[in-house]
Amino acid sequence: MTNKELIIVGGGPAGLAAAYTAAQTGCHVLLIDRNPQMGGQLIKQTHKFFGSEKQFAKTRGLNIAKKLISDVETCSDRIEIICDATVVGLYADQVVNVLHNEKYYKYHFDALIIATGAGEKMLAFENNDLPGIYGAGAVQTLMNLYGVLPGQNIVMVGSGNIGLIVSYQLIQAGVHVKALLEAAPKIGGYKVHASKLRRLGVDILTQTTIQRAIGNGCVNQIETIELDDSWKPIKGTEKLIDVDAVCIAVGLSPLYQLLAMGGAELKYVPELGGMVPIVDGLHQTTINNIFVAGDVAGVEEASSAIVEGYLSGLAAAAKIGYQQPDYQKSIADYQQQLKNLRSGPFGAKIRAGLKKVEAKTNA
Amino acid sequence: MLDKTGVATPEQVKSRFPQPEQLLKPKAIIECYEDIPCNPCSTSCPFHAIEIGDDINNQPQLNVDLCTGCGICVTSCPGLAIMTAEIRNNLAIFKIPYEFLPYPEPNSIWNGVNRDGKVICDANIVKVLLTNKQDKTVLVTVSVDKKYLYDFVTVRNKNE
Repeated sequence: MTNKELIIVGGGPAGLAAAYTAAQTGCHVLLIDRNPQMGGQLIKQTHKFFGSEKQFAKTRGLNIAKKLISDVETCSDRIEIICDATVVGLYADQVVNVLHNEKYYKYHFDALIIATGAGEKMLAFENNDLPGIYGAGAVQTLMNLYGVLPGQNIVMVGSGNIGLIVSYQLIQAGVHVKALLEAAPKIGGYKVHASKLRRLGVDILTQTTIQRAIGNGCVNQIETIELDDSWKPIKGTEKLIDVDAVCIAVGLSPLYQLLAMGGAELKYVPELGGMVPIVDGLHQTTINNIFVAGDVAGVEEASSAIVEGYLSGLAAAAKIGYQQPDYQKSIADYQQQLKNLRSGPFGAKIRAGLKKVEAKTNA
Repeated sequence: MLDKTGVATPEQVKSRFPQPEQLLKPKAIIECYEDIPCNPCSTSCPFHAIEIGDDINNQPQLNVDLCTGCGICVTSCPGLAIMTAEIRNNLAIFKIPYEFLPYPEPNSIWNGVNRDGKVICDANIVKVLLTNKQDKTVLVTVSVDKKYLYDFVTVRNKNE
């Protein structure tokens, strides 16, 4: 078994950012990702990002990934990267088990950062397993990574930022977005994204959901139904829409499974997307020397994931003896950036959720 | 209305326009109606005409006198929520962001589209600008009849 100072699970925005700040302190890092390339979900984000300059605002997501990866590459003497590798076990004696090229490898770590991100939620409706019904992540992977259209006539389900943005990207790729359905009475994501779609002629139907998919072998039609103020379907409002694809964008839930296996204390917090770890102000879980960063700690935007990564990278490195002279100042700066990103009305849910998982702050 | 359909009300739209006499020179029209954590419009403006402040959730405030209507904020806004507007004789001239292929050709006639996605007029493509800094968001200068000043928002290919 090999010993590693700091192991980071997940090479998305949070994991890459954490690897960078940790390596800057002199700490040696092993960064593990289960995908063939680093970058997480950023590599399929073709739109310009919100935020401030410190979080690469107005840069397209795929270019933010390139920037974070090139930052990590400047520390190649201290950051070792393994792609196509899945961390399948986390044990109490500070050991992870990694599946890579059909072999298992065990590593002992001094500190661990779990940055596994989040997985997509699915929606229950009749025939939701018909081919042609995708999650928004799959649509982005097909379309933006591999250049394959998911369909020609699509209905989007969900008006959060992902549903709005992926609809726009579908239109950029030449797909006809026939409608965007939202069960809630209001659009969930940023209105600027909704306005972009509306001016392209996309109907945004609030208080409307998908009741069933229809098709023999693949989806050909969907039936929508309107919902009343108590979210009950209104009989007689059913409508059929011809489609060859449906995209489901109804939210994400944190990928907490490794933390559960390791025995970290978890809590179900709907505002953060599901099961999340109890953490302190430095993102350390209830297991000593095990930290988290990004969506696994609560589903937010990539901009917050990057800042959380920078913060937990520094904190984890400091915990095992690599504390920089300006450590307190840097941590305070990252905490302030997170506060800024979360301080508006869209951050209200996140703020409420985070309150529920804060252990005693020792930052 | 904006919450349900994505379409701003005429009052919301008008609130973002300066007085017509101030539009004899181009000015930014910032249709950002929500407190979202974002400030590239402000940091990109070379004339310090857009103020957001320390809390990046604040909505941008335009100083009309400082704004030159250069259009840098138009392609910097990640929400594509900014255009410039100018009144010249009986024409309303806009600079708008555009992110679809094919890009418009100068001196062609496209459809002018309103915030509800409806075709409302002909739009004359005046100029099409794309620099590296714009990062693939094209800045299209387009003119329409002045009466569509508060209605026009984007262009659509006549063939679509």
